[in-house]
Amino acid sequence: MKRSVVCLTFLLAAAALLSSLLLSAHLHDQRYPEKWQDKRDLVAAVGITDLSLSSEARYTRHVTQADLFSAFQDFPAAFEHFPTGSMIPPRPFGYSGRVSFESNQQVRP
Amino acid sequence: MIFNFKLLEYSLSSLWRRKEKNIALIIVYALVIATLGSVLLLTHALKIEAVTTLTAAPEIVVQRTQGGRHELIPVTYAETIEGFPGVGKVIPRVWGYYYDSLVKANLTLIGIEGYQEQLELLEGHFPQSPDECVIGSGVAAAFGPQIGDLLVLEDSSKRRSEFRVTGVFHAASNLLTNDLVVLQEAALREFFAMPDGLATDLTVQVYNSREISTIAKKIAYFLPDSRPITREELLHTYDSLFNWRSGMMLAVFASALMAFLILAWDRATGISAEEKREIGILKALGWETSHVLGAKLREALLISLTAFIAGLLLAWLHVFVLGAPLLVPLLKGWSVLFPTFDLPRVVDLYQLTVLACVTILPYLACTLIPAWKAASSDPDDVMRG
Repeated sequence: MKRSVVCLTFLLAAAALLSSLLLSAHLHDQRYPEKWQDKRDLVAAVGITDLSLSSEARYTRHVTQADLFSAFQDFPAAFEHFPTGSMIPPRPFGYSGRVSFESNQQVRP
Repeated sequence: MIFNFKLLEYSLSSLWRRKEKNIALIIVYALVIATLGSVLLLTHALKIEAVTTLTAAPEIVVQRTQGGRHELIPVTYAETIEGFPGVGKVIPRVWGYYYDSLVKANLTLIGIEGYQEQLELLEGHFPQSPDECVIGSGVAAAFGPQIGDLLVLEDSSKRRSEFRVTGVFHAASNLLTNDLVVLQEAALREFFAMPDGLATDLTVQVYNSREISTIAKKIAYFLPDSRPITREELLHTYDSLFNWRSGMMLAVFASALMAFLILAWDRATGISAEEKREIGILKALGWETSHVLGAKLREALLISLTAFIAGLLLAWLHVFVLGAPLLVPLLKGWSVLFPTFDLPRVVDLYQLTVLACVTILPYLACTLIPAWKAASSDPDDVMRG
């Protein structure tokens, strides 16, 4: 009897923890609708069309603005056109920095 | 019906006799559910972030294509589009990319014109003069500047352009602004050496949202070299990109599901000699097939529910507390500037129900079918193996 009570208590406690996490998330979102409005204001102000998620290629940075119709065009989920594309590595980088910041006090190279 | 604790006690004793095997099974089962759950939670949260915030994106973006490729669009196209009934402002935009080969980071440079209002998610203010800029917090983290510092960019003719940082977007907006550098439109036009009569694309304001697709068709008809992209298409793209049944997460989802099916198949085909003997003894003692199946169902349910709840809790921890470190490399690829996630903690109950169905039900079936086969055989044969 003892083992079954422990088991049921454990299962119910874990289920209650999971339910409370799901519920708290739902309530949190409803309590702060202005969070979404702030983001929408930002999107409208800058004219953002895409999430700033993967910035490695223009068709992954701006997924919605990528074109699908050009010959040999890269686009999300495109097949590799040529087998050599997976064999030849990208050329080495690191010639020079093109972006730098200079503080008011000191000038950085 | 009164809950029978003694039957549950019997099932627990039965599970405890093979505790090493069952604990290992629960761990593997929970990890598979955690993987599947993480994919579902992450993709759903990203989808909600995209489709909720991008509802404020321009109603129509008009690009120009030449030779099948995106080209700069003449600003005069804006006058043609403004002439269509139902169209409000048509704004030519200047934006593009800038690659720094030392940090290997791609920046997105956007030009805006005359925006004065203060935003909650911006510390500082938008550029008020051609030598000012606002940066995303990913750019700030990668290069280390603060408000008041100078952003120095080298244009295509190797000329230094200096912009004073007047604002940094808050980290809460990272998923939208992480790699952005916002300049005044005229300054960006000069930086990109873009001719005056051309723009990267046009944004079109449409008063009535039900007319958006009609106006997009009109634009494509009257300006055949243009490519209108409506807001609905934009939202649909993200909806399908982060749909768990398609897009980049399908591969992970399918692999984890396949691993689970192999586990379930192993259960279905390999009931141990010890389990068969146990079933034979129960039958010899007078248990009916339905009693044996009931006992096996309770055991399978205990394992499934424990693994399901533990797996979902792990998935929650992985995605919403730790920021999905095991899935982020899939999205990141070679990106250098990658946002830290501040994901909305939203969960789709439909997806969780589907997850429960595709994991718990096959496991129950895979446990019950071999038990039923053993229970319906002659007890003597079963005990002898």
